[in-house]
Amino acid sequence: MGRFHRHDDGTAHSHDDHPAGDHSHGHSHGPGDHSGYQTGPDRVEVLERIFDENDKTAAANRGSFAASGVCAVNLMSSPGAGKTTLLRETLQRMAGELRIGIIEGDIETSLDADRLAGFGAQIALINTGNGFGGECHLDAPMVGSALPRLALSDLDLVLIENVGNLVCPAEFDVGEHARAMVYAITEGEEKPLKYPVMFRSCDLVLVNKMDLLPYLGFDLDGFLANLRAVNPAAAVIQVSARTGEGVDAWCGWLRARLAEVR
Amino acid sequence: MRAGGDPVHELSLCGAIANIVTRHAAGRPVSVIHVQVGQLRQVVPDTLVFCWELVSDGTPLAGSRIDVEGVPARMRCRACGHVAEVGDLPVFACRDCGSIDAEVISGEEFMVTSLDLGAAPDGAVPDGAVPDGEANEGAST
Repeated sequence: MGRFHRHDDGTAHSHDDHPAGDHSHGHSHGPGDHSGYQTGPDRVEVLERIFDENDKTAAANRGSFAASGVCAVNLMSSPGAGKTTLLRETLQRMAGELRIGIIEGDIETSLDADRLAGFGAQIALINTGNGFGGECHLDAPMVGSALPRLALSDLDLVLIENVGNLVCPAEFDVGEHARAMVYAITEGEEKPLKYPVMFRSCDLVLVNKMDLLPYLGFDLDGFLANLRAVNPAAAVIQVSARTGEGVDAWCGWLRARLAEVR
Repeated sequence: MRAGGDPVHELSLCGAIANIVTRHAAGRPVSVIHVQVGQLRQVVPDTLVFCWELVSDGTPLAGSRIDVEGVPARMRCRACGHVAEVGDLPVFACRDCGSIDAEVISGEEFMVTSLDLGAAPDGAVPDGAVPDGEANEGAST
C-alpha cells in the first residue's frame, strides 16, 4: 500500500515502494523537509538487521569456544551488584576443579582484574574506554579480540564479566553459551519491570546480598513475581557472595552448563 | 522500553548502521535511512538520531538522517493462541488465559529497512542538530 502525501507547494506524490508494506510512519513531512532531492523511485530496499555484524562475530566466538570444549557464560549486572566478589568466591571454590578463564570488561581500570588475580585463572582484560566515547557493554568483536590472550585449549570454563549496566549488555550476543545476571536485593524489587530486556535475556538470575535481607525492606516475593512476569523461564539462585551462601549452587549451575556443551 | 539516564550504546549501533548503509548505497548519496526499532529494543530514537549526526559527520553520509519507525511488542499465547500487545507494562503472561507460555511475535526488530537516495538539501541542518562544539562535547560523555 502506497503512502500519499501533499506538499505545501501543491505538489503531491505517493511512495509505493516501501518494503514493509502496509504500515504508517511515525513522522510527518514538514514543508521543505525534502526539498532539494527527489523522492519516489530512489528508494533502495535494505532489510538488514543492524546486529548482523555483531552476531556473526558472536557465532565465530562461540565456534572458538566449542572447538576447545569450553563453556562461556556472560555475567551481567548493575555496577556494584557483586559480580567481582562472586567471581572471587567462584574461583576459590572451583579453581582446583575446573580450568577457568575470565574476560573482564571494565570502562577504564584494571581494578576488577586486580581483585581476581592470584586464583590461578587466566584473565584477559578488555578496557572499553578506548572507543568512541567509551563503551557501556562488551560486544562480540571486543570479546573476540580477547580470545587470543586466553589459551582456550587449556580451559574448561570462560566467565565473561560484562560492564556493569542493566541496559546495553543485554543487546549484544558475545558468543556465550548462557547468560547469568547478578542482581542485588539493594536494587529494589521493581527492577525487572524497569529493565525487562536485561531480565528477559538471562538464563539465570543470582539474587545477591541475601545476607542483608534482615536489614532491608526488600519484598523478595514481590521481586520474584516481577521477575516471573518478564521471564518465566529464568532459574533463580539466592546467594550472598560475601558470606558464601548459595555459591555452591551457582557452581553447580556452572557445572551443568559445561556438561551441556561437552 | 528503557529508563533514561543510562549510558548509551547508540553510538556503536550507528557504526553498524554506517557499514550497512555504505555497502547498500554503493557510493550514491543518501538522504534518509529508514530504521525499524522494536519496542523491546533498548534503542532510544532521539538518541539514535543524534548519535547518527556525530557518527556520520565528516563522512560521505554527512547530512543524511535516520527516520525511526517504532514497532509495538506483541505476543502470542502458546496455550490458547491469544495475540495481544504487550503494552507499557512488560508482563509476558497471556492476557486471556494467564499462561506464562507466550512467545514474542514482534517488537524485537532492529533493522535498516530502506534508504532514500539523493543528495541531502544543500546546507540543510537536520532536525535536532546542534553546533559542532556541543556535539563533540556530547561524544565524550
